[in-house]
Amino acid sequence: MSLKAFHIVFIIFSTLLAFGTGVWCVWIDLVEGLPIYVAGAIASFTAAIALVVYGVWFYRKMKRLRIIT
Amino acid sequence: MEIPYTISTRPDTGLWNAKIGIWLFLASEVMLFGGLFSAYIFLRIDSAPGMWPHGLLNVPVGTFNTCILIMSSVTVVLAWASLKMRRYRAYWWYMLATILCGIIFLVVKLAYEWPQKYDHFGIYIKPEALGKHEQYLGNAYAAEKELPPRLEITGHLHNRAALSDPNIKEYEVALDPLNADPTNPSMDRPHFFPLPVTDKIATIEKKDVERATMFLPTHNAYFASYFTITGLHGLHVLAGVLVFIYMWLPVSKKLYQRSPEHLANRVEVSGLFWHFVDLIWIFVFPLFYLL
Repeated sequence: MSLKAFHIVFIIFSTLLAFGTGVWCVWIDLVEGLPIYVAGAIASFTAAIALVVYGVWFYRKMKRLRIIT
Repeated sequence: MEIPYTISTRPDTGLWNAKIGIWLFLASEVMLFGGLFSAYIFLRIDSAPGMWPHGLLNVPVGTFNTCILIMSSVTVVLAWASLKMRRYRAYWWYMLATILCGIIFLVVKLAYEWPQKYDHFGIYIKPEALGKHEQYLGNAYAAEKELPPRLEITGHLHNRAALSDPNIKEYEVALDPLNADPTNPSMDRPHFFPLPVTDKIATIEKKDVERATMFLPTHNAYFASYFTITGLHGLHVLAGVLVFIYMWLPVSKKLYQRSPEHLANRVEVSGLFWHFVDLIWIFVFPLFYLL
């Protein structure tokens, strides 16, 4: 597996982590009801979306530049 | 004599040598960390319900470090792509960014997170003395609310000499909020944003103490696992940073001028190692900080 492929795998896991952290913040907020956890959830879900966008951009760029090994 | 297959691929494997080498190495690393993660999971499963420590780590700091490592993975792959495009200057900057990310991660871990733990103190009270310290433990309240029993008093140790001096017969502890106000309903749950130690001082006689240590690996199975796994991970981060520094120094430019593809391959294998190290952290963070 090349670095490019492993990077995409890593971004997938990072996206899952960001999404999971968002879910965790929502769950904690339901118990604690603190605004900081709502902010954490929004930040985590935004990070998850950003990682997906980055992953697609990275794949397309590598394909365009033919850096696929 | 030139080492073969550093750039071109071997006809039998279709890969250059270092790539096979790094994947064999990473396979052994999977077994190493897999064993440690398994140990952690089994220790946690085996603990009595509600007794596994929870919410002792600083989630905002852990989140910051996670972001730093994800960013470093992006910069290392962009460094490699820059070399593939023969843009050495861009490679140099991306590599510098990767090195700085690794250093920031280590500084946060070693200069902030770990010392916070070393500075904290925990006392496990003997079962027969739990009643005597009810004001700090609130076990009657905990039983009423169907919470797990509280066996430990934590905070900052004022008289550190008590740890080594047998003539000092008691510990003086500035209590954590849970022990300062154990019947406060807001203390029924762990806090993931750490609360400061209170001004309330408790004096605990040594004869009532089953075990008392700073928050070190010897304190309990949780901290033993935490320090072992994050310590080993930190060593891997340090190794990665050292390799990257070597590839960032002028010596790498000489290799680039002689054989740019050779340097690109070196960066690729070290980048694979770095991604593996970052991937380990992707599992460490939720396991230790959130769950």
